[in-house]
Amino acid sequence: MDFFQLFVSGLANGSIYGLIALGFVMIYKATEAVNFAQGEFMMFGAFIALWLTNDEYIGMSFWIAVPLAMAAMAVFGYILELTIIRRLFGQNQTAVVILTIALGFVIRFFAGVFWGHEPQTIQSPLAQGDITIGGVVLGFADLTVILVTVLLTFALYQFFKHTKLGLAMQASSQNQMAAYYMGIPVKRVQGFIWALAGAVAAVAGVLFASKGAIDPNAGFLGIKAFAAAVIGGFGSLPGALVGGLIIGVIEPFAARYLPAGYSQMAPYALLLFVLVFRPNGLFSQVRTKKV
Amino acid sequence: MRINFKTSYNHDIRLFEDRFTFLKYAVLMALGIALPFLIGDFYLGEVTNVLIWAIAGLGLMLLTGQTGQVSLGHAAFLALGAYSNLILLDKGVPFIISFPLAGIITGVVGTIIAIPALRLHGIYLAIATMAISILADDIIVLTEPWTGGVVGMFPPTIDIFGFEIERWSQPGRFYYLVLITTVVCTLFYRNLLRAPLGRAFAAVRDSEVSAAAMGVHISRTKMTAFGISCAITGLAGALMGYFSGMVNNETFTVIISIQLLMMIVIGGLGSIHGAFFGAFVVAFLPQGLSIAKGWLGTSSVAIPGLEAGVFGMILILFILFEPDGIYGRWVKTRIWFELFPFARKDMFKRQKSYLKTERLR
Repeated sequence: MDFFQLFVSGLANGSIYGLIALGFVMIYKATEAVNFAQGEFMMFGAFIALWLTNDEYIGMSFWIAVPLAMAAMAVFGYILELTIIRRLFGQNQTAVVILTIALGFVIRFFAGVFWGHEPQTIQSPLAQGDITIGGVVLGFADLTVILVTVLLTFALYQFFKHTKLGLAMQASSQNQMAAYYMGIPVKRVQGFIWALAGAVAAVAGVLFASKGAIDPNAGFLGIKAFAAAVIGGFGSLPGALVGGLIIGVIEPFAARYLPAGYSQMAPYALLLFVLVFRPNGLFSQVRTKKV
Repeated sequence: MRINFKTSYNHDIRLFEDRFTFLKYAVLMALGIALPFLIGDFYLGEVTNVLIWAIAGLGLMLLTGQTGQVSLGHAAFLALGAYSNLILLDKGVPFIISFPLAGIITGVVGTIIAIPALRLHGIYLAIATMAISILADDIIVLTEPWTGGVVGMFPPTIDIFGFEIERWSQPGRFYYLVLITTVVCTLFYRNLLRAPLGRAFAAVRDSEVSAAAMGVHISRTKMTAFGISCAITGLAGALMGYFSGMVNNETFTVIISIQLLMMIVIGGLGSIHGAFFGAFVVAFLPQGLSIAKGWLGTSSVAIPGLEAGVFGMILILFILFEPDGIYGRWVKTRIWFELFPFARKDMFKRQKSYLKTERLR
């Protein structure tokens, strides 16, 4: 039972990594850029939801606060793209990488100024209650996290595969010029994807905050989500989820069975291992063009 | 406006463009030598800090600015340089050998790490190096018998054939040590750029395909760049260990890696000057902020993350409005004056390209 308990808590943590990784992958899929501030997006979204919900701030109902936080983060993402990222349009992707790292610093700073550096908990109805199945205690929050992540991944996967906008997003990353020729408003499409990534980050943030406490440094979780995205193969949404789950499950087991000091290395060691032996991830999207 | 009339092919690759340039740097050098007699110990320490950061910046500049490989893991190599120097000293190796050896060890390890990393490019390389930087922290703790783990190591007094350099009581001597290292590294870098290898670096940065077509061995060139870059960074790390007076697992975090990368971007990617300008910004930002806080009358209020936040904002402004960094702005201003009134707005327009995925090749 011990094994199963670790496994479930790993899955729940992994889902959070997977959710952040989804944000990376979406932006990468649509713009070929990597948003190094996705972890900070998540933290920011969580704080907005917390600010709307908690009694010491606004004190709204949780179920109204969450959609509002999602909308706020979507607007935030869109405005960010409109005012900052779009100026780098047509330039090297490294510029976007460095820019988003800097952006992460700035977001963390402002979150610290507004909400302080003490860990805070969100008054979420998800945070309470658990179900016991055959000796395994399943937290209500853990179950919700896993469920929401799987549903969201599925929905986004369908969105990219079947909707016009999703296809337009993929097209505008695969060949920008051809996308323009096909009448796709590439810049606006990129704005939408940043908005979508913001909304997903808000969901991840709310779930993360429901599972525990949140503070401005929670954004560093993004680094583990990177590992998840890379293991899954940047550019594959189900891959991001699987990568997140792998990282999430490995962590508690490493903490349990490896000697102290080695356990926190496990996700990064796995990341390096995958990068060296399967640089394109487990769900490789790289195909060699045949001439 | 100066007219540089070239009469031989060698003029193209002269170390100094003309006498005026030479004179300029000679004056700068003289100023550098005279500095301990001109300013107080506190500011001398600050200048020493700037020079050490500049050496580290030169190391990363060679890799990122010159060869186009983004590394977010150079703090790991700073740590490696610092620790290998201290461990060698611990084993009784004299400083005059251990210091260069620390650079060489870091360079060799960097080259070995580069072999698998070479299969990665762009963003993947950045992530892999970032993972290395995060792992470095844990590895330092795990190898406690050598590194002292969380307790850390304390650099002993430097002894070069009986000539003692103590960082705190003799800041002047330590400054000269750093200055000499800086000059040697800068000259090395400058000469490298004139050599075929440096040209190959730039070729790899600008287009791997064309570089390969010109007969540049891509992976070997990248590996060499990684090695040399890490060696210079290792030297900087060794000096940084002395400067901070104590080294443990938290001295060189991944944040330092990121700061180093941001520093060379602010300074100006791909130029030696950029490393120095960036180092000035990094080293003087905390002082500048505390002075600014003093003006606002809030000097007693500690705002965590303020430094990183302001640094991030400066960086965002630079990427948006001056992607060539401080040095780029300086060059543009100078050329504007040199060409006056013929400078045109579009002279430095950056080339934009349509994006194509790297996934479908």
